Amino acid sequence: MNDHSVYLYAIGDAALADSDALAYSTGVEAGPLRTIVEGPLAAVVASVDRNQFSEQSLHAHLEDLEWVEKLARTHHEVVDRIAQNHSIAPVRMATVYLTDDGIRELLQSRCSELAATLDRVRGRSEWGVKGYAAPVDEASTPERDASSSDTPGTSYLMRRRAQRDRSAHRRERLATVAEKLHEEFAALAVDSRVYPPQDPRLTGRRDEMVLNAAYLVDEAGAALLARLVDAAPEELQLELTGPWAPYSFTNLEAT
Amino acid sequence: MTLATTRTDDVALVDLLDRLLAGGVVITGDLTISLADVELVHISLRALISSVDKLIEQ
Repeated sequence: MNDHSVYLYAIGDAALADSDALAYSTGVEAGPLRTIVEGPLAAVVASVDRNQFSEQSLHAHLEDLEWVEKLARTHHEVVDRIAQNHSIAPVRMATVYLTDDGIRELLQSRCSELAATLDRVRGRSEWGVKGYAAPVDEASTPERDASSSDTPGTSYLMRRRAQRDRSAHRRERLATVAEKLHEEFAALAVDSRVYPPQDPRLTGRRDEMVLNAAYLVDEAGAALLARLVDAAPEELQLELTGPWAPYSFTNLEAT
Repeated sequence: MTLATTRTDDVALVDLLDRLLAGGVVITGDLTISLADVELVHISLRALISSVDKLIEQ
Protein backbone atom coordinates (compact mmCIF):
# COMPACT_ATOMS: atom_id res chain seq x y z
CA MET A 1 0.00 0.00 0.00
CA ASN A 2 3.00 2.23 -0.29
CA ASP A 3 1.68 3.96 -3.38
CA HIS A 4 -1.52 4.94 -1.56
CA SER A 5 -2.48 7.56 0.96
CA VAL A 6 -5.67 7.64 3.02
CA TYR A 7 -8.30 10.32 2.42
CA LEU A 8 -10.40 11.03 5.52
CA TYR A 9 -14.03 12.06 4.96
CA ALA A 10 -15.76 11.94 8.28
CA ILE A 11 -15.74 10.53 11.78
CA GLY A 12 -18.69 8.77 13.35
CA ASP A 13 -19.67 6.06 15.79
CA ALA A 14 -18.05 2.64 15.52
CA ALA A 15 -21.42 1.30 14.25
CA LEU A 16 -20.66 3.04 10.96
CA ALA A 17 -18.54 0.06 10.03
CA ASP A 18 -21.72 -1.91 9.29
CA SER A 19 -23.47 0.88 7.41
CA ASP A 20 -24.96 0.29 3.97
CA ALA A 21 -24.26 3.91 3.15
CA LEU A 22 -20.63 3.06 2.53
CA ALA A 23 -21.34 0.37 -0.03
CA TYR A 24 -23.12 2.66 -2.45
CA SER A 25 -20.64 5.48 -2.52
CA THR A 26 -17.37 5.75 -4.28
CA GLY A 27 -14.76 8.10 -2.95
CA VAL A 28 -12.45 10.61 -4.51
CA GLU A 29 -10.70 9.12 -7.55
CA ALA A 30 -13.22 6.24 -7.38
CA GLY A 31 -11.60 4.46 -4.46
CA PRO A 32 -14.06 2.30 -2.47
CA LEU A 33 -15.04 3.59 0.95
CA ARG A 34 -14.05 1.73 4.07
CA THR A 35 -13.94 2.37 7.80
CA ILE A 36 -11.19 2.36 10.36
CA VAL A 37 -12.60 1.53 13.78
CA GLU A 38 -10.85 2.42 17.00
CA GLY A 39 -12.72 2.17 20.30
CA PRO A 40 -16.13 3.90 20.05
CA LEU A 41 -15.21 5.78 16.87
CA ALA A 42 -15.02 4.98 13.18
CA ALA A 43 -13.32 6.98 10.45
CA VAL A 44 -14.71 6.89 6.92
CA VAL A 45 -11.81 6.78 4.50
CA ALA A 46 -10.76 5.83 1.00
CA SER A 47 -7.36 5.02 -0.39
CA VAL A 48 -6.11 7.59 -2.89
CA ASP A 49 -3.14 7.75 -5.19
CA ARG A 50 -0.21 9.04 -3.19
CA ASN A 51 1.10 11.12 -6.07
CA GLN A 52 -2.24 12.72 -6.78
CA PHE A 53 -2.54 13.71 -3.15
CA SER A 54 0.99 14.77 -2.36
CA GLU A 55 1.45 18.20 -0.84
CA GLN A 56 2.88 19.54 -4.08
CA SER A 57 0.23 18.00 -6.26
CA LEU A 58 -2.60 19.15 -4.00
CA HIS A 59 -1.27 22.69 -4.05
CA ALA A 60 -1.26 22.66 -7.84
CA HIS A 61 -4.71 21.04 -8.03
CA LEU A 62 -6.22 23.72 -5.85
CA GLU A 63 -5.58 26.24 -8.59
CA ASP A 64 -7.72 24.15 -10.88
CA LEU A 65 -11.32 24.98 -10.08
CA GLU A 66 -12.67 22.05 -12.05
CA TRP A 67 -10.63 19.74 -9.86
CA VAL A 68 -11.69 21.57 -6.71
CA GLU A 69 -15.33 21.28 -7.72
CA LYS A 70 -15.02 17.58 -8.44
CA LEU A 71 -13.35 16.98 -5.10
CA ALA A 72 -15.88 19.13 -3.25
CA ARG A 73 -18.84 17.35 -4.86
CA THR A 74 -17.43 13.88 -4.27
CA HIS A 75 -16.58 14.72 -0.67
CA HIS A 76 -20.07 16.11 -0.16
CA GLU A 77 -21.77 13.14 -1.80
CA VAL A 78 -20.01 10.70 0.53
CA VAL A 79 -20.60 12.79 3.65
CA ASP A 80 -24.20 13.55 2.73
CA ARG A 81 -25.13 9.95 2.09
CA ILE A 82 -23.77 8.81 5.43
CA ALA A 83 -25.28 11.79 7.27
CA GLN A 84 -28.76 10.74 6.15
CA ASN A 85 -28.63 7.77 8.50
CA HIS A 86 -25.84 8.47 10.97
CA SER A 87 -24.51 11.20 13.17
CA ILE A 88 -21.16 12.20 11.76
CA ALA A 89 -18.57 14.89 12.02
CA PRO A 90 -17.46 15.77 8.50
CA VAL A 91 -13.74 16.42 8.20
CA ARG A 92 -12.29 19.40 6.34
CA MET A 93 -11.94 18.72 2.62
CA ALA A 94 -8.62 17.20 1.53
CA THR A 95 -7.38 15.85 4.85
CA VAL A 96 -5.01 13.05 3.93
CA TYR A 97 -2.97 10.58 5.97
CA LEU A 98 -0.09 8.51 4.71
CA THR A 99 -1.23 5.35 6.51
CA ASP A 100 -4.22 3.87 8.35
CA ASP A 101 -2.12 3.94 11.49
CA GLY A 102 -2.05 7.73 11.44
CA ILE A 103 -5.84 7.74 11.54
CA ARG A 104 -5.96 5.11 14.30
CA GLU A 105 -3.69 7.27 16.34
CA LEU A 106 -5.93 10.29 15.74
CA LEU A 107 -9.04 8.37 16.83
CA GLN A 108 -7.24 7.29 19.99
CA SER A 109 -5.55 10.50 20.98
CA ARG A 110 -8.55 12.75 20.39
CA CYS A 111 -11.25 10.25 21.28
CA SER A 112 -13.04 12.31 23.95
CA GLU A 113 -13.07 15.52 21.90
CA LEU A 114 -14.34 13.73 18.81
CA ALA A 115 -16.97 11.85 20.83
CA ALA A 116 -18.14 15.15 22.37
CA THR A 117 -18.39 16.72 18.91
CA LEU A 118 -20.47 13.77 17.73
CA ASP A 119 -22.76 14.06 20.74
CA ARG A 120 -23.29 17.71 20.00
CA VAL A 121 -24.54 17.10 16.47
CA ARG A 122 -26.44 13.89 17.23
CA GLY A 123 -30.06 14.10 16.06
CA ARG A 124 -29.45 17.55 14.66
CA SER A 125 -28.79 18.92 11.24
CA GLU A 126 -27.49 22.06 9.67
CA TRP A 127 -29.66 24.47 7.71
CA GLY A 128 -28.37 27.40 5.72
CA VAL A 129 -30.19 30.70 5.28
CA LYS A 130 -29.12 33.19 2.67
CA GLY A 131 -30.81 36.56 2.43
CA TYR A 132 -30.77 38.85 -0.59
CA ALA A 133 -31.88 42.43 -0.85
CA ALA A 134 -34.73 42.15 -3.34
CA PRO A 135 -34.12 44.33 -6.40
CA VAL A 136 -35.72 47.75 -6.37
CA ASP A 137 -38.23 48.44 -9.06
CA GLU A 138 -36.51 51.43 -10.67
CA ALA A 139 -39.67 52.53 -12.45
CA SER A 140 -41.43 53.04 -9.16
CA THR A 141 -38.74 55.25 -7.62
CA PRO A 142 -39.80 58.88 -7.97
CA GLU A 143 -37.84 60.94 -10.44
CA ARG A 144 -36.54 64.13 -8.99
CA ASP A 145 -38.05 67.10 -10.83
CA ALA A 146 -35.34 69.04 -12.57
CA SER A 147 -35.66 72.64 -11.51
CA SER A 148 -35.40 75.25 -14.21
CA SER A 149 -32.09 76.55 -12.90
CA ASP A 150 -30.38 73.16 -13.35
CA THR A 151 -28.52 72.42 -16.51
CA PRO A 152 -29.47 69.00 -17.88
CA GLY A 153 -26.05 67.66 -16.82
CA THR A 154 -26.42 68.82 -13.21
CA SER A 155 -29.90 67.45 -12.91
CA TYR A 156 -28.75 64.09 -14.22
CA LEU A 157 -25.94 63.98 -11.67
CA MET A 158 -28.31 65.01 -8.89
CA ARG A 159 -30.69 62.25 -9.86
CA ARG A 160 -27.91 59.73 -9.94
CA ARG A 161 -26.68 60.80 -6.53
CA ALA A 162 -30.17 60.65 -5.04
CA GLN A 163 -30.56 57.16 -6.46
CA ARG A 164 -27.26 56.06 -4.98
CA ASP A 165 -28.20 57.49 -1.59
CA ARG A 166 -31.53 55.73 -1.69
CA SER A 167 -30.02 52.35 -2.47
CA ALA A 168 -27.28 52.78 0.14
CA HIS A 169 -29.92 53.67 2.70
CA ARG A 170 -32.01 50.69 1.70
CA ARG A 171 -29.05 48.33 1.87
CA GLU A 172 -28.29 49.53 5.37
CA ARG A 173 -31.87 49.07 6.44
CA LEU A 174 -32.09 45.58 4.98
CA ALA A 175 -28.80 44.62 6.62
CA THR A 176 -30.35 45.60 9.96
CA VAL A 177 -33.48 43.58 9.20
CA ALA A 178 -31.27 40.60 8.28
CA GLU A 179 -29.30 40.92 11.50
CA LYS A 180 -32.49 40.91 13.60
CA LEU A 181 -33.79 37.88 11.73
CA HIS A 182 -30.49 36.11 12.26
CA GLU A 183 -30.85 36.68 16.00
CA GLU A 184 -34.34 35.16 15.91
CA PHE A 185 -33.11 32.16 13.93
CA ALA A 186 -30.10 31.71 16.19
CA ALA A 187 -32.36 31.74 19.26
CA LEU A 188 -34.04 28.51 18.18
CA ALA A 189 -30.81 26.86 17.11
CA VAL A 190 -28.31 24.99 19.24
CA ASP A 191 -25.57 26.91 17.49
CA SER A 192 -25.16 29.26 14.55
CA ARG A 193 -22.42 30.45 12.32
CA VAL A 194 -22.26 33.47 10.03
CA TYR A 195 -20.35 33.23 6.76
CA PRO A 196 -19.19 36.20 4.71
CA PRO A 197 -21.66 37.17 1.97
CA GLN A 198 -20.99 35.39 -1.31
CA ASP A 199 -19.84 37.27 -4.38
CA PRO A 200 -22.85 38.09 -6.62
CA ARG A 201 -20.88 36.85 -9.61
CA LEU A 202 -20.61 33.43 -7.99
CA THR A 203 -24.21 33.24 -6.84
CA GLY A 204 -25.38 34.26 -10.28
CA ARG A 205 -27.76 36.74 -8.66
CA ARG A 206 -27.42 40.49 -8.99
CA ASP A 207 -29.20 41.09 -5.70
CA GLU A 208 -26.82 41.80 -2.91
CA MET A 209 -26.45 39.11 -0.26
CA VAL A 210 -27.08 40.50 3.21
CA LEU A 211 -27.19 37.24 5.16
CA ASN A 212 -25.28 33.99 4.82
CA ALA A 213 -25.59 31.89 7.93
CA ALA A 214 -25.84 28.28 9.11
CA TYR A 215 -27.90 26.94 12.01
CA LEU A 216 -27.63 23.69 13.92
CA VAL A 217 -31.14 22.55 14.81
CA ASP A 218 -33.07 19.46 15.84
CA GLU A 219 -36.15 18.37 13.91
CA ALA A 220 -38.52 20.68 15.78
CA GLY A 221 -36.05 23.54 15.40
CA ALA A 222 -35.84 22.92 11.67
CA ALA A 223 -39.62 23.18 11.33
CA LEU A 224 -39.68 26.39 13.34
CA LEU A 225 -36.82 27.82 11.32
CA ALA A 226 -38.62 27.06 8.04
CA ARG A 227 -41.71 28.79 9.39
CA LEU A 228 -39.77 31.89 10.44
CA VAL A 229 -37.97 32.06 7.11
CA ASP A 230 -41.30 31.79 5.35
CA ALA A 231 -42.74 34.65 7.38
CA ALA A 232 -39.84 37.03 6.73
CA PRO A 233 -40.57 40.35 4.97
CA GLU A 234 -40.60 40.03 1.20
CA GLU A 235 -38.11 42.79 0.50
CA LEU A 236 -35.57 40.41 1.99
CA GLN A 237 -35.52 37.34 -0.22
CA LEU A 238 -34.54 34.39 1.93
CA GLU A 239 -33.31 31.07 0.69
CA LEU A 240 -33.27 28.05 2.97
CA THR A 241 -30.86 25.21 2.18
CA GLY A 242 -30.65 21.90 3.94
CA PRO A 243 -30.51 19.62 5.66
CA TRP A 244 -26.73 19.72 5.51
CA ALA A 245 -24.37 17.40 7.35
CA PRO A 246 -23.10 19.52 10.26
CA TYR A 247 -20.11 20.94 8.37
CA SER A 248 -20.28 24.28 10.13
CA PHE A 249 -20.50 22.89 13.64
CA THR A 250 -17.75 20.35 13.95
CA ASN A 251 -14.88 22.73 14.32
CA LEU A 252 -12.20 21.15 16.34
CA GLU A 253 -9.16 23.28 16.38
CA ALA A 254 -5.91 21.69 15.33
CA THR A 255 -3.51 20.95 18.14
CA MET B 1 -38.96 31.74 0.44
CA THR B 2 -37.23 29.25 -1.77
CA LEU B 3 -36.09 25.91 -0.48
CA ALA B 4 -32.98 24.55 -2.12
CA THR B 5 -32.06 20.93 -1.80
CA THR B 6 -28.65 19.84 -0.59
CA ARG B 7 -28.89 16.49 -2.29
CA THR B 8 -27.18 15.58 -5.55
CA ASP B 9 -25.74 18.02 -8.04
CA ASP B 10 -28.16 20.82 -7.28
CA VAL B 11 -25.99 22.17 -4.50
CA ALA B 12 -24.41 25.47 -5.46
CA LEU B 13 -20.64 25.19 -5.51
CA VAL B 14 -20.33 28.42 -3.52
CA ASP B 15 -22.45 26.97 -0.71
CA LEU B 16 -20.33 23.84 -0.72
CA LEU B 17 -17.07 25.73 -0.62
CA ASP B 18 -18.30 27.89 2.26
CA ARG B 19 -18.68 24.70 4.25
CA LEU B 20 -15.93 22.47 2.91
CA LEU B 21 -13.20 25.08 3.10
CA ALA B 22 -14.23 26.79 6.32
CA GLY B 23 -16.09 24.00 8.14
CA GLY B 24 -15.54 20.40 9.10
CA VAL B 25 -13.26 18.96 11.68
CA VAL B 26 -9.83 20.48 11.22
CA ILE B 27 -7.22 17.85 11.87
CA THR B 28 -3.59 18.16 11.11
CA GLY B 29 -3.32 15.14 8.88
CA ASP B 30 -0.08 14.22 7.22
CA LEU B 31 -1.45 16.52 4.56
CA THR B 32 -4.16 19.11 5.14
CA ILE B 33 -5.53 22.13 3.33
CA SER B 34 -3.92 25.04 5.10
CA LEU B 35 -5.16 28.61 5.26
CA ALA B 36 -2.77 29.42 2.43
CA ASP B 37 -4.39 26.68 0.33
CA VAL B 38 -7.86 28.05 1.02
CA GLU B 39 -6.56 31.41 -0.15
CA LEU B 40 -5.35 29.67 -3.29
CA VAL B 41 -8.87 28.43 -4.02
CA HIS B 42 -10.19 31.93 -3.46
CA ILE B 43 -7.63 33.29 -5.90
CA SER B 44 -8.80 30.73 -8.45
CA LEU B 45 -12.38 31.79 -7.80
CA ARG B 46 -11.45 35.43 -8.33
CA ALA B 47 -9.68 34.51 -11.56
CA LEU B 48 -12.85 32.71 -12.65
CA ILE B 49 -14.92 35.75 -11.82
CA SER B 50 -12.71 38.07 -13.82
CA SER B 51 -12.73 35.74 -16.82
CA VAL B 52 -16.52 35.57 -16.61
CA ASP B 53 -16.59 39.37 -16.45
CA LYS B 54 -14.45 39.59 -19.57
CA LEU B 55 -16.78 37.20 -21.39
CA ILE B 56 -19.73 39.37 -20.47
CA GLU B 57 -17.95 42.51 -21.66
CA GLN B 58 -17.27 41.03 -25.07
